Amino acid sequence: MAEFHEISPNASAGAKTLNWIDNRFPLSALFKAHMSEYYAPKNFNVWYVFGVLSLMVLVIQIVTGIFLVMHYKPDAALAFGSVEYIMRDVPWGWMIRYMHSTGASAFFVVVYLHMFRGLMYGSYRKPRELVWLFGCGIFLVLMAEAFMGYLLPWGQMSYWGAQVIVNLFSAIPFVGPDLALLIRGDFVVGDATLNRFFSFHVIAVPLVLLGLVVAHIIALHEVGSNNPDGVEIKANKDENGIPRDGIPFHPYYSVHDVFAVCVFLMVFSAIVFFAPEMGGYFLEYNNFIPADPFQTPLHIAPVWYFTPFYSLLRAVTTELMYVLMACVALAAAWALLKGKMPSVFKAIIAGGAVVVLAMMLSIDAKFWGVVAMGGGVVILFFLPWLDNSLVKSIRYRPDWHKYMYAVFVIDFVILGYLGTLPPSPLFSRVAQVGTLFYFGFFLLMPWWSRIGTFKPVPSRVTYKAH
Amino acid sequence: MSEALVDGASFDASKRTWLIASGCAGAVGGVAAVVPFVSSFQPSEKARAAGAAVEADISALKPGEKMVVEWRGKPVWIVRRTPEQLAALPKLDPQLADPASTRKPEEQAPAYARNATRSIKPEYLVTVGICTHLGCSPSDKFQKGAQPSLPDDWEGGFLCPCHGSTFDLAGRVFKNKPAPDNLEVPPHMYLSDTKLLIGEDKQA
Repeated sequence: MAEFHEISPNASAGAKTLNWIDNRFPLSALFKAHMSEYYAPKNFNVWYVFGVLSLMVLVIQIVTGIFLVMHYKPDAALAFGSVEYIMRDVPWGWMIRYMHSTGASAFFVVVYLHMFRGLMYGSYRKPRELVWLFGCGIFLVLMAEAFMGYLLPWGQMSYWGAQVIVNLFSAIPFVGPDLALLIRGDFVVGDATLNRFFSFHVIAVPLVLLGLVVAHIIALHEVGSNNPDGVEIKANKDENGIPRDGIPFHPYYSVHDVFAVCVFLMVFSAIVFFAPEMGGYFLEYNNFIPADPFQTPLHIAPVWYFTPFYSLLRAVTTELMYVLMACVALAAAWALLKGKMPSVFKAIIAGGAVVVLAMMLSIDAKFWGVVAMGGGVVILFFLPWLDNSLVKSIRYRPDWHKYMYAVFVIDFVILGYLGTLPPSPLFSRVAQVGTLFYFGFFLLMPWWSRIGTFKPVPSRVTYKAH
Repeated sequence: MSEALVDGASFDASKRTWLIASGCAGAVGGVAAVVPFVSSFQPSEKARAAGAAVEADISALKPGEKMVVEWRGKPVWIVRRTPEQLAALPKLDPQLADPASTRKPEEQAPAYARNATRSIKPEYLVTVGICTHLGCSPSDKFQKGAQPSLPDDWEGGFLCPCHGSTFDLAGRVFKNKPAPDNLEVPPHMYLSDTKLLIGEDKQA
């Protein structure tokens, strides 16, 4: 705790006020720690704006959300009408609603780019594992938030999307059907479901989200930001203990970020005003029809940001299960033959593989589809321990790693595109290959990330003044 | 009073025991307090009471047509099958995942509907129109022959728009489709030749 600090009676009124506050609350200290004396690497590139942009979108979503709740009615009989009322009768209601719906998609755009930045520059590697874990938590919670929010307009896609996703839980052996019943609060998706999703969407999940965002930033400011070279700037400090390659976040990066926010808001406004539905990708056409529990629309698909994971779900059929079982058997055999470990561990691996194979045979492919979809998200949490590459940044990794990442991005986009389409035999095959690559990329990373000729990492960040 | 040494500092062991004990008691209370909140997630008494049986008048249903009745918030289909549609059912057996409904007989149909046509009267199919995969409502594909998303030798049935599961006109699922089970036949009984009661099968 700081000593009580007296200020000269001749000081300005502003200085006196700040001194009064600082003696009671660490205002200046917090500003210094997180802004003016938080030293960030000087070689950030454009990829480093997406963190601030996601914070910006979070603020947009909270503010527009507060105003939407003033007019929205969480009642199965009134919900659809109240959204149309916001769109037509509430002054400027259409803009607030379009900002919120576009904001949802914008959130995922910036978060996906933010995560890809982390993947490229190894921002999840030691000592930033917790920054990454909190971030993955934010991603997971954001998906829950978006899913529950999508039910609220009570259109056909809202209704049937919720019906499908809640039924995913009923695929879990033994407890599934009861769990689905607890989530719905009724035997089918209905008024009870709408009310509780509303409660989660506006209160519970946003509180968790805010907590995780704070934890993400505190963890980041504790370890310091990574940079495109993956060089630790704290390893080279001047006589004052300030990193030689660091510059204060404020004003240097705060000004950068204000510029980025301006560019972002130009794009965002253009979408809000000229293409709020984005050709059916941001707001699906079928959602302009009120929910009808007796009629599933001819084609249902989740909103674009869920479709890569939805493709993983659809790809798991009885046929793919045989391929996956072969993979498990191969992995176990390889561990038994090649692994250097005590025979006790080998026995455990063999036993585990037999149990897993038995479960894969006896439980429906439907359940394993759910496991694949959940696993597709959860596997991201393990990235810090899967990547065994000798260097952090893609800049100094072997060239073939870059192609690997490029294929991963293409795979993710293809899975996302296929997830928006109705099922067909050819596309199902493509999605199955894509699914195998998606999991192979992560699960084999401990091995492939070591292979190749790494380039020497410089001791200081590379930076050209302009 | 018992005193002990930890890291060179003395502490009161009995006080620590009581701290642990009261901490545990508090944790039990905390867990107990969660029970009412989790219980409130269950369907309300009102939702449970809405499960009453419904009557359906099938006098106007022509052969080859389908009608839908609401029971427990779910669509229940009543399909009047034509003789040729009925004749096609046994031919499909090799293409079906579970033609004789043996996988979960109790859940798939009541005892009186566990037969080749999955119905009390062969002509009338009564089934819950909810796909056993993820709960979408399949659409009618009664027309025979090749059409999008369906095989060329299609004999008429249902196609789920969500994940492409197909069912024949007895609600039986085809092989290698995401849906694991045949469509559920609800408990039902005939009150007269033209009146069906859905949701109850006791003799009144």
